[in-house]
Amino acid sequence: MKAQAAELLLEVGCEEIPAGMIPTATNELQVILSKYLSAENLLDGKTVETFGAPRRLVAACAALRLRQDDVTREVTGPPKAVAFGPDGHPTRAAESFAAKQGVEVSSLYTVSTPRGEYVAAKQVIVGRPAVERLKEILPRAIAEIPWPKTMYWTGATGLRFIRPIRWVVALLGKEVVHFDLADVKSASATVGHRFLGKAHIPVSGAKDYVDKLRKNFVLARPEERRLKVERELARLATKKGLRVNQDLPLIELVTYLNEYPTVILGDFEESYLELPEEILITVMRGHQKYFALRRRDGRLAPHFLAVINLDRDRGGLIRGGHERVLRARFADARFFWQADQKCRLADYLPKLSQVTFQVKLGSYGEKVERVRALSRWLAEQWFARGIHEARVADADRAAELAKCDLVTDMVREFTELQGIVGGLYAKAQEEPEEVADAVYDHYRPVGLDDPIPRNLTGSIVALADKMDTLAGCFAVGLAPTGSSDPFALRRGALGIVKITLERKLPLSLAEFIAAAGRGLAAYPPKLRVTGEVERQITDFLLDRTRYILRERHNFAYDEINAALAAASDDLVDAVERISALRDIRKTKNFEPLAVSFKRIRNILEKAGPRESWTLPAVRPELFQADAERRLHAASRRVGSEAEAHRRAGKYREALQRIATLRPEVDDFFDSVMVMAEQEEIRKNRLTLLSELLREVSTIADFSELVPAAS
Amino acid sequence: MLKGPTFQDLLLQLERFWADRDCVLQQPYDVEVGAGTMAPETFLRVLGPDPYRVAYVQPSRRPADGRYGENPNRLYKHHQLQVILKPSPADIQNLYLESLRAIGIHLAEHDIRFEEDNWEAPTLGAWGIGWQVLLDGLEITQFTYFQQCGGLNLDPVSVELTYGLDRIAAYLQGVDNIYDVLWSRDRTYGEVRLAEEQQFSAYSFDYADPVATRKLFDLHEKEAIALLDAYAHAKGEDKKRFPILAAYDQCLKCSHLFNVLDARGVISVTERATLIGRIRQIACRIASAYLDQRLPVSASALASTVQEPA
Repeated sequence: MKAQAAELLLEVGCEEIPAGMIPTATNELQVILSKYLSAENLLDGKTVETFGAPRRLVAACAALRLRQDDVTREVTGPPKAVAFGPDGHPTRAAESFAAKQGVEVSSLYTVSTPRGEYVAAKQVIVGRPAVERLKEILPRAIAEIPWPKTMYWTGATGLRFIRPIRWVVALLGKEVVHFDLADVKSASATVGHRFLGKAHIPVSGAKDYVDKLRKNFVLARPEERRLKVERELARLATKKGLRVNQDLPLIELVTYLNEYPTVILGDFEESYLELPEEILITVMRGHQKYFALRRRDGRLAPHFLAVINLDRDRGGLIRGGHERVLRARFADARFFWQADQKCRLADYLPKLSQVTFQVKLGSYGEKVERVRALSRWLAEQWFARGIHEARVADADRAAELAKCDLVTDMVREFTELQGIVGGLYAKAQEEPEEVADAVYDHYRPVGLDDPIPRNLTGSIVALADKMDTLAGCFAVGLAPTGSSDPFALRRGALGIVKITLERKLPLSLAEFIAAAGRGLAAYPPKLRVTGEVERQITDFLLDRTRYILRERHNFAYDEINAALAAASDDLVDAVERISALRDIRKTKNFEPLAVSFKRIRNILEKAGPRESWTLPAVRPELFQADAERRLHAASRRVGSEAEAHRRAGKYREALQRIATLRPEVDDFFDSVMVMAEQEEIRKNRLTLLSELLREVSTIADFSELVPAAS
Repeated sequence: MLKGPTFQDLLLQLERFWADRDCVLQQPYDVEVGAGTMAPETFLRVLGPDPYRVAYVQPSRRPADGRYGENPNRLYKHHQLQVILKPSPADIQNLYLESLRAIGIHLAEHDIRFEEDNWEAPTLGAWGIGWQVLLDGLEITQFTYFQQCGGLNLDPVSVELTYGLDRIAAYLQGVDNIYDVLWSRDRTYGEVRLAEEQQFSAYSFDYADPVATRKLFDLHEKEAIALLDAYAHAKGEDKKRFPILAAYDQCLKCSHLFNVLDARGVISVTERATLIGRIRQIACRIASAYLDQRLPVSASALASTVQEPA
């Protein structure tokens, strides 16, 4: 019997859902619904599609089974000898088994099992109509969508959701799937645009739904909205001979802020262009979600593009309104720009002592002292190593000024401009460009895709600032747990690794962490960073390192582990060792040799505690076989050659030398039994292998490598 | 060019609209408040199970926002129209939009949107979920489903609409400067209010004596706490008419004095958090006492459900 199928359409009609949450919510709904529908055998391998707009979350499946298949199950009962008497009549045992399974005694039959003959019954679980199952599944799936913050509106014990649900469409084919959810009854009619569309629109199926909504000024699919926005942005900009300031996150945001996005052009007074463009763009995008426009030469033009939730600006009132709001905001920004600079950036320093960084870690004033000390330490050690751009005075000055903008009116109003405003003020007040740029950049990178600070001074302050936060937070027990990471320590750690690797900075993690610890001890809060905490910070940084190396450098995880297991203090060096390993790994001798090394490690681990078998040195007079002598000689020779290459930083050459050991190693394992009966011989062989392993493991611990599947 | 209603007609139109929808029209509360939410008609009425609908204009003082009357958009004192609907009706968004129509806004000619903005008042132990409503990019209303007030979970949920009357009037009249708004047919906002803005800005920023202000804060706090402590021992008729409402006035005084100190620039960050905590503590105790006085049984049950949202 072939089950018939019908289309499923679900729409959850809400009051405006926060734009940033809609894409995640529709993804979650997709996963939850697919899970339930396939668990109920209704999905049949078909896919569930979901999409959303500010007032609706939508799910559709082109062909959902109308009824579950019947399922037949065999249940084994008592042994045949117990179920039937010698006369072949069923006993009480058979009767009660049949009753329990809900079948006639006469329908029982016997099956052969390894334990003998048993009585069995066939049980048929009759498939239920999909509509019946959906009545339970759909409301449960909706309620299960996870949100960052939920509310209740029908009473304290009512459903919790992101915003009130006001209507629900639930259709299987033409049939309504009836259920109640938070005082709403599911039905078959959707709701159009608030002002331009109808409030009651009967629909049948996903295509009809999308088409009818479009006629009612709702573009239900985000792709359609995004395309409309992109086209209109480009068209209006081109008409003015301008281009849109590229801003993909803003496009994404307005796509989910509007059900019928339309772009309009507005103007502002030329005189505001005297303000730095960072500030103008922040004012336009942050509060008002406007796109900035640029002239051919890259400078900003005195126009903006706003996205409205209508088909057009009928009376021209909307444009005038947006222009007026922007004018007021620009006027505020100009006021802050002038008022803030009535004194110099450094004059704000004393105020930082009144701003708490973290209760246990003291004020920003204290943090600045620590970051200065750590920045000086970084610059000094690099300068001493011949990196002449590492200027201690610049690093110190940049660190001193870095946080001053936190107490300016501009940053208090536009917090997202922290660092940038300080950099702009520093530049306007004729600090050296190196210092001003460093202040501007020192929060970077704010993500894996964000660039690192432009100059070395900025990189130094960024590293010092992030490490001070990391070490301080770990020291007072604020390490991130689960999804909670209020001080963005994961991002900070990623930043440290990213800057170090991209600038190829020679840096000992242990020394860096220790230096940060000295700062926390010398300046308030005068904390001691224990060895245990230092280890936690190291592990935390190495976790981020593994992530970056995997995601951004495309190294295999076992190569990363192999290199970090050998040494992990200097990240740039580790990357060079991984690169060498990746190259050499492809050569023919390498994988088999790595397998042998892993075997050696296993043998040594099984041989019991090291001190029970290790000799002070290999004793050649105890060798029994030629293979032992040859391996010993080769290991000595290759070991010292590889070590010379390693010291010279020639990791490829070192690994190539190690790879030449393969014949001797193979030969050894072919002809020598390590665990010899005679104790001295056995200990000597174990010591030989242990020395070999030690000598070849300085670049990478080969036993971490996972052999390629053959 | 828009030719909107005068400021006073705007007030009258909105009050008429909500009076027609069964709201009690209240008068502004006569103690300084920073927001319409703080008037007892909101803070206390949203507590407990009794349905209620109220609308009132509340002049709200924000000393730190004062600009000596020189900024065209910022005010020491602005006017809110505060609407509380308890429980929140299912068609509340449409009701709200109708009220905009009632003041002459043609909805299809404007870009009106509900943008996420979850309101919270740490001094009151109150927060809710909702939006700011934008009219052509201008914030005109805070729209909130109250979830907690005075640290207590609310059941039923009230919806709070807070209209920013001054800026709505400026927008509808098409003027850029708030002081140019026509208050009545022949008087401007500036004629009616400029002196007040100048003098109270000057007081908050330059003249308020920090020592005296702190002392006043302490005195009002002490009075509130003394009342609350006494309530704990009140019985019978004394308990029924015990002045919880007077304790709340003391709490409002603390809140306003805190705002003055803040504007005066004499509060450090740590002290700030401490002072807010002290006011919240009183506010939360008042909320519990208010409920206890009205429904002695369920109050303790409600108090025990206090929790952070998921």
